[in-house]
This record gives sequence, structure tokens and C-alpha cells, in this order.
Amino acid sequence: MIPAPFDYVRVKSADEALAKLAEHGDAAKLLAGGHSLLPLMKLRLATPDVLIDVGRLSELSYVRDEGDEVAVGALTRHHDVATSPVAAAGVPVLAHVAGQIGDPQVRHRGTIGGSLAHGDPASDLPAVVVALGGTLVVQGPRGRREVAATDFHRGFFEVALAPDEMLVEVRVPRTVGPWGFHKLTKRAQDWAIVGAVAVTTADGLGVGLINMGPVPVRARAVEVAVAAGASAADAAASAAEGTEPSADNNGSVAYRQHVARVLVRRALEDAGV
Amino acid sequence: MSILGNRVVRREDPKFLSVGGTYVADLDLPGALHLVFVRSSMAHARLASIDTSAAEAAPGVVAVFTHHDLGLAPMETVVGMTPEAMTQPILAAGTVRYVGEPIAALVAETREAAVDAAELVVVDYEPLAAVVDPRVARRDETILFPDAGTNTALTLDMGRDEAMFDGCEVRVQQVIVNQRVAPCPLEVRSAAAFVTPEGRVEFRSSTQAPHGVRDTLARALALEPDDVHVISPDVGGGFGAKATVYTEDIVVGWCARHLGRPVRWTETRSESMLGLGHGRGQVQTATIGGSRDGTITAFDLAVLQDCGAYPGMGTVLPFMTRTMVSGVYTIPKAECSFESVVTNTTPTTAYRGAGRPEAAAAIERMVDIFAAEIGMDPAEVRRRNLIASDAFPYTTPVGTVYDVGEYRRTLDIALDVAGYDELRTEQRRRRDAGDPRQLGVGLSCYVEITNGIPEGEYGSVEVRPDGTVVVRTGTSPHGQGHVTAWSMLVAEQLGVPIEDIEVIHGDTDVVPRGVGTFGSRSLQAGGNAVNQAAIDVVEKAKDIAADLFEAAREDIVLDKSRGVFHVVGTPALARGWAELATAAVAAGGNPLLAEVDLASPGPTFPFGTHLAVVEVDTETGHVTLVRHVAVDDAGRIVNPLLAEGQVHGGVAQGVAQALLEEVVYDGDGNPLTANLADYSFISAAELPSFETLFTETPTPVNPLGAKGIGESGTIGATPAVHNAVVDALAHLGVRHVDMPATPERVWNAIRDAAERKGA
Ligand SMILES: Cc1cc2nc3c(=O)[nH]c(=O)nc-3n(C[C@H](O)[C@H](O)[C@H](O)COP(=O)(O)OP(=O)(O)OC[C@H]3O[C@@H](n4cnc5c(N)ncnc54)[C@H](O)[C@@H]3O)c2cc1C
Repeated sequence: MIPAPFDYVRVKSADEALAKLAEHGDAAKLLAGGHSLLPLMKLRLATPDVLIDVGRLSELSYVRDEGDEVAVGALTRHHDVATSPVAAAGVPVLAHVAGQIGDPQVRHRGTIGGSLAHGDPASDLPAVVVALGGTLVVQGPRGRREVAATDFHRGFFEVALAPDEMLVEVRVPRTVGPWGFHKLTKRAQDWAIVGAVAVTTADGLGVGLINMGPVPVRARAVEVAVAAGASAADAAASAAEGTEPSADNNGSVAYRQHVARVLVRRALEDAGV
Repeated sequence: MSILGNRVVRREDPKFLSVGGTYVADLDLPGALHLVFVRSSMAHARLASIDTSAAEAAPGVVAVFTHHDLGLAPMETVVGMTPEAMTQPILAAGTVRYVGEPIAALVAETREAAVDAAELVVVDYEPLAAVVDPRVARRDETILFPDAGTNTALTLDMGRDEAMFDGCEVRVQQVIVNQRVAPCPLEVRSAAAFVTPEGRVEFRSSTQAPHGVRDTLARALALEPDDVHVISPDVGGGFGAKATVYTEDIVVGWCARHLGRPVRWTETRSESMLGLGHGRGQVQTATIGGSRDGTITAFDLAVLQDCGAYPGMGTVLPFMTRTMVSGVYTIPKAECSFESVVTNTTPTTAYRGAGRPEAAAAIERMVDIFAAEIGMDPAEVRRRNLIASDAFPYTTPVGTVYDVGEYRRTLDIALDVAGYDELRTEQRRRRDAGDPRQLGVGLSCYVEITNGIPEGEYGSVEVRPDGTVVVRTGTSPHGQGHVTAWSMLVAEQLGVPIEDIEVIHGDTDVVPRGVGTFGSRSLQAGGNAVNQAAIDVVEKAKDIAADLFEAAREDIVLDKSRGVFHVVGTPALARGWAELATAAVAAGGNPLLAEVDLASPGPTFPFGTHLAVVEVDTETGHVTLVRHVAVDDAGRIVNPLLAEGQVHGGVAQGVAQALLEEVVYDGDGNPLTANLADYSFISAAELPSFETLFTETPTPVNPLGAKGIGESGTIGATPAVHNAVVDALAHLGVRHVDMPATPERVWNAIRDAAERKGA
């Protein structure tokens, strides 16, 4: 419950954060909302030598209407996404899901960038961004680059970020029409045992799964089935195809796969399928 | 007009809501050292070696102690009933028996230094096979204490009457797991100690029983009770788990004496989940028998109690289960046997209800199973078997004597308030429609025992020369609101405003004797003691007033509306409490004081009916509690606000046991629920607004007519919610689901029932 000793620096700009990352390399960690990193540090599962606090970088806290896309700064708190009129108009699913994360305390601290960069497949927002076919904007010493959300998550707690890089923005396409989001939790503040999201963008239907494998899952078989005219129930039958959820105290593999099918069906129905 | 029975707001709250309380960890102890424990990471192992050298050399470290350094006797047996060979050593002695068992005590100048250095203590474990399930432990294949030769710590078998079910038309048996739960007080365990220049041990403890801490600590450290002074400042909850002394407390006291410096210790939440005793932990084999007309004639309960690694309070709780085994029913034949066994898990202890929730859970679940078996409405089965209100005092088959009861009344009110018939109609509608969200209605008619231990309580009332009043009580509130309630009792007798009454508790020097606050005993024992002391002080004041007025004592009256004494017929010539208290001191030098050591007023038997309505998502197994009606009878209610508070907290914890909470270990004894993310501690978001009602059937056992209310919530709520879950699924063929009714467990039950039907 008491972290190992570490140094702490608070930076005033993204550039300064990058400079500090370059200086300390692997030994440093960015600190955003701290709601995933600090628990790990308290359990001494993470023992960074230096924390670079980017939590107050207001330049990276915004939700902007960019025509076909909505751009969200990496340091935008869940609460600010949940209550953003721009998000509500352009990608209401994102606002809704951000408003369902943890509890008010978590939503006032946690950031969208932290949620994606942390790479926890039980997190909600990564699956939504993946289902939307979003783009992540990464900045590093070699400049800015864009990564498709579907390529960003590489494995359990593993993302396509080099130690000297920082996630600066999340871009998602506007949604069209109704959408569906369902997550099963024991308690309101818990992480999803399983979650499912169904959205329609200009590119068509996207179905995402939370906590159904080492990375957020795009349920392609479901999307294909719907495109071929299947009903929500029929399409949802293939929701768990190819998934490899972990088994824990909250659910066995078989149970999670069952719940994935149920929640995908409900999400599809909500999305008008 | 009496102040009793009014919703007087808590006098405690302005402080808690503004500046906050002062807990042990907040106390200013200049120069205090910080103690942390190195705890076992293995469930069962021999300690080949403990290397403390690197830790000792770490910055800020003052000392590191292991078992042999202390030279202390092991913990005492529980009420002399548990085996000597199974007592817990103060710091592990050669063998560790649960994850979290303290192995070494490390003292450093700062907490941070202590925590860092603790990581440098190298423990070399030789793993032994771990036993986690009491059903396995009782087979004695792996024995925790070779000297004991068995894992069984205690048994009670009154000889089973094999013929008790003869002649029953219906006989049903069910194994019910009353799972292990963690009490989770918001304030974790905390203690501090220093030695005065005179050699007295000053001890600060987050406890429910400061006098018990004083006496136990004195014995452990080979001191006289007078050599130890215990203060429990504000305490953030205990739920029974802080009613006893832990090995860590003794180490704190020992270190302060040994090092000659103040020493403080506050555990972390993760430590608390392993170190604070766990509650419940019974595997029950219950058998119920009766006839198809709904009459229950026989009930047998065989309890297997999980003691955890060292037999503690949990070991003896099945006695309480047995005491309440037949519940509110006139069952002619009822028996309860038990066996308490050790396992490689955290020791179990008292937790809100302590043995009685387990009894209520068993009988109430079995009544529903019996009702399902004969196809009768569970409310009707209850009605047919309730003990009638004119049958009291009522002696049960196991010899428990219930004081008073109006059981039928609480059932009728609960059914009426809930709209039982409409709920059943709605349930039928959903069943017929094949709605994925099914409705379940669950009942629990409970009776329990409060102040079950044969101990009394100390209370005193003193009027100071300025007319203010100081009350000293041996109870030790930690959230219950005794300051408010005791002030009301004294105000009622003395006719002084409650603002002028100070209530002192939790200091073993200022309050000479005390038993403490647990087992819903405080109002019955401590409240009655204070009430009696208030009555006595009025009598003493009348003696003084008679002298002052030069009148006959019988002619002195106390006008409670003004808080003054006068001679009957001449109210204008009055003397107030200040004058009498001043006169008392002037006359004899003694304060105007009455002290009472109340003998145990004996137990009472609170009762009630809880009714829960749940919605079950039959596709995922997720349960939502949508309504909870609690009709409780705790006799005379001194302050409905405080009583409701007790019900609310208890119901929340009771619901939590039914739906969410469970301490889980893997097969090797590794805890899987050691923090509040993994352990599903309930929150307000999972609970509806409770519908709480009281009936008041005063007990003849004590002058206030009061029974306990502190534990009714965990006793009444758990089976109601549990029954509601099964009720929602009954039409699918589900007969029982073990607690907690987590989504996966409920879904498995639905699937299994469907498979049985299909087969
Ligand atoms: C009680 C509780 C309940 C929760 N419930 C949920 C839930 O229901 N659903 C859910 O999705 N989440 C939940 N969370 C997690 C919450 O959303 C976290 O805040 C989020 O996952 C991480 O965001 P953060 O800003 O706190 O990141 P931090 O903890 O500060 O950082 C997490 C990791 O990401 C890195 N990082 C952060 N920002 C950047 C960046 N811009 N670029 C590169 N790396 C970065 C950090 O270095 C660190 O390794 C819960 C958390 C708690 C404590």
C-alpha cells in the first residue's frame, strides 16, 4: 500500500514531458489520472524511478468537433468526455461510456489517454475506440504518428507506444443513428466482467468487446453476419468466436463467452439491428 | 413530554461532519516509532530461516524482532474451550499457517522506512500442503497442529435422535454454504503504546472493548491491569472483529516497553483483509421434515465451522447458531450439532450477528425449500408454524427461552407494506411472458438473541457543581451513537437538557470497569446501567434537597420540565441541580454521583420480518435488489433515528452477504480477495432505499424494555434476499443457489436446472 521510492516531476507542456521521457527512458512513467498506475505502484507491481506528471496539461484536455471526426485530447478526464456537448452530438456512445466508468471519483481523475495507454482489456473506452475504428495520435522524438486503434493494443497491458512516446490525441469518426452499449458488473464501480458495444459510422457497423481477451476485441464475425442480413440474435451467436477471455473469480471462460453473446445481441438491438 | 422515542439528531455528528474524528492513527505521539509486520506469503510452510540482517542495516530501522526475541506466551484459548496445542504464537514460531500471519516485527523511525525495510527481510519457506476447505480439513489428512493430532478444535454433539424424522410426510435435506466474509470496517486496525516514567503502559487501540484490551494485554505482558491504561479514541467500525485482542496489539505493547519509545502501528487495507478476523464460514447440512399441510415437525442442523488457522472466537460461534436453531417456529423436534475445524486461512471471529445469521440463514432457507417441496406459498408455511404471541416465555427444543414475541404481526405488516399479492401477480405475469427479467420475492422471519453473554455493565452519572452532568459508561461505541442515546436517558431522568450532558467512554482510567460494545448489548446492558445510575442520582439529590429545604424526604419532588427540586406544593421555592451538587460537595466533599454495576439483565430476543424483492436477469444471472422491507422489533426504541441507522447498515451488510461478498482462496490458500477491488464490498449504488418499520414489543427482562437492534439487519436481510433470488428462478427448476448469488453462480444454476429438465 506504500509505493517504492520515486522521483516526481510536474511538466508544463507536452514537449517538456517528451524531453523528460527522453532523459529517463524506461525508468520513467507518465502520470495522468493515476487511477491505474498508482494502484500498481502501491502494490509495488510497478516501481518507476521517475513519475512525469502530465495530469495538468490543459493543452491536451479538449473534445473538438473536426467535421467527420471528433478529436479528444489524451489528458481529457472521463467526466469531461461524459459531459461534453461536442461528444454528445458527434459520438454520444463515447460520452455515455465515459459516464459509466467506475465512480465519480474515478471519472474526475481518469483520462482517456491513460485508459488507452494502460492497455487493460477490461477497460471500457479502448473497446469503444476500437469499435469506432478510431485513430490514436502519438508524439515522440521522431515526431507525430497516427496509429489505427485496432493496431494499438498489442497484448495484455501492452500497447504500440515506445518508452519515449506519448499519446496526445484520440480521434473517432462521428456515429450515425442509434448505438448500443452493455456491460456486466457485480457492482456499479467495478470493471466489466464482459462488455459489448455496437456503433455505426460512415464505414458501417462496428462491434467491440470488453474483457474478452488480452486486447479489446473487434467482433468481426458479428459485423459480417449483420452485413449479410442476419438478425441481432443470429449475428450475436458468433460474438465469442475466436475470443480468449481470462478466467477469474468473476467468471469462467465459458461464462464470459456466454455473456458476450447476450450483451452483443442487446447492443445490436439497441443499435437498430 | 418524554424525550425518549424521539428522533434526536446525533450529538456526535457535527464533529465527524466538520473537523472529522480522531482515530488512533491521528494521535500525536512525539517521537513515535513505526511498526510494520512482515507477513507470511504462504498458507502453510515451515520457516527454515528468517534473515533480518539486511533489514536491520536499512536506513531508519531501529530493530527487527521475530518470535524468539519476544519470549511471550501464545495467545490465550477462547473461553477455555479451544485446544492449547492450537493457540497462536506471538509472531510465527517455526510454522506459518495462513497467508498474512505475522512473522517478524520491524520498527523504524518512519513508516516509509519500515515498509521499505520490511521488503529486505528474507524468509525461507519450506512449503507444506495447505488445507483450505473445512470439508477437507476434517478428514485430518493434512494436520495443521501435529501436537493436537487433529484439525478438529471443538465439537458439540448432543446425540442425534435418529427417529426425529419418523412419521414426516416430507423430509428434505440441503447443504448450505454460509460463506466466509470480511468485516471491512472503514478504519483498519490500529494501535499505539508508550511507557510513562512510572512504568505504566499507555495503550491506544481501535477497539470495541477497551477494558478487555487492558486485561488481555496486561496478562500477555505479565503486568497488573492497573499497569495498563487503554484509551480507544474514535473508532471507525468494528462489527465484532475488533472486540478481541490480536497478536499485533501485543507486539505493539511489547515493543514500546522493550524499546522505551512510543510505538505505533496501523495496518494497510490489504493487510486488514488478511489480518482482521473473517466472519461466518459454515458449511451446514440442514434437514427439515413435516407434513403436506405445511406443519414443520423436525429440523436438524449439522454445522461445520471453519476456524481458520488458529481457533478464535469463530470456533465457538456455532453455540449461538445452536441457540437459535429453530428460529421463530414451533418445531417440536430440533437439534444442532457442530464441529469446528482449523484450515490454512485467516482465523474467523465474530462478525455482525456472530452465529445467529448462520442460524437464521439455515432455517429460513429450509422453510422455503420445504414450502417449494409441498407447493405451498412460503408466507403461508411461515404463518402456520410461527410461535403464537401468547406462548411466551417460550422454550425451544434446544432449551432457549424466548422472552416475548409478536412474530405474526411483523409478518403481516411486511406482506402488507410490500403489497405481497400484487408482487406475486407481477411475478406470474413475467413468468407467463417469459420475461428475461424475472421477479423474486423473499421472506425471512427471524428471531435472534442479544446480550447473550452473562455479563453486566458499568454506568455512572455525576452532577457537577455547575449543574452539568457527566456520564461514564463501560460500553465503547464506534458509530452506534451512545453519546446521543445515553444523554437522552439521563435527560429523561434528571430533567436537564442533553446539551449539558457529557458522555465519557473508552478510557479505562476514567471509566473504572466496562465490558464493551458488541453483540447488540449496549442499550440493554450499558443503557440500563446508565438509566439506573440516573435514577439513583435523583434519589441522592432528593436526600440533599430534603436537608436544604428542611423538609421530609417524601415531600421532595423533581420537576423535570425545569430540572429543579422543590417541596411538594411550593414550586416557586426551587433548587436546581447546580445548587444540589454544590451542596453535596460542600457537605461531605463527595461529588453528587451514582455508580451502578448492573448485573446482566439477561438476554432478549429481538425479532422481525424482512421482505426482499429482486430482479434477476436470467440471461446473465445478474441480480438487482429492487426493494427491501424491514419490519424489526427491538422492544422499546429510545431513538428511532439511531435504530434506523443500525438497520440500514446491517441490511446493507446482510444484502452484501447474499449477493456479493465472499472471501475466496485458491487451492493453495492464496487469498484472491485481498483488496476492495477484488472483494465485492457493497456500496450505496447496489442498494435501493430501504423501507424500515418498527413494532415495539417491550421486553420484561430490563427496565427500559429494550432489546438489541445492532445485528438484526445482517440476520434478517440475508435470508430474505437469498430466498428472493431462488424464488425468482423457482419456475425454472432451481431449488437452491449458494451465496453470494453472483451473476455466474446464478446463471450456472439456471443452466443446470435447464439441463436437468432437458435430461
Ligand atoms: C476504483 C476504480 C474503478 C475503475 N473502473 C473502471 C471502469 O469501470 N472502466 C474503465 O474503463 N476503467 C476503470 N478504471 C480505470 C480508470 O478509467 C483509469 O483512470 C484509466 O484506466 C487510466 O487512466 P489514468 O489517467 O488514471 O492513467 P494513469 O493511471 O495515470 O496511467 C496509466 C498508464 O498509462 C500511461 N499513460 C497515461 N497517460 C498517457 C499518455 N498520454 N501517453 C502515454 N502513456 C500514458 C501511464 O504511464 C501508465 O502506465 C477504474 C479505476 C479505479 C481506481
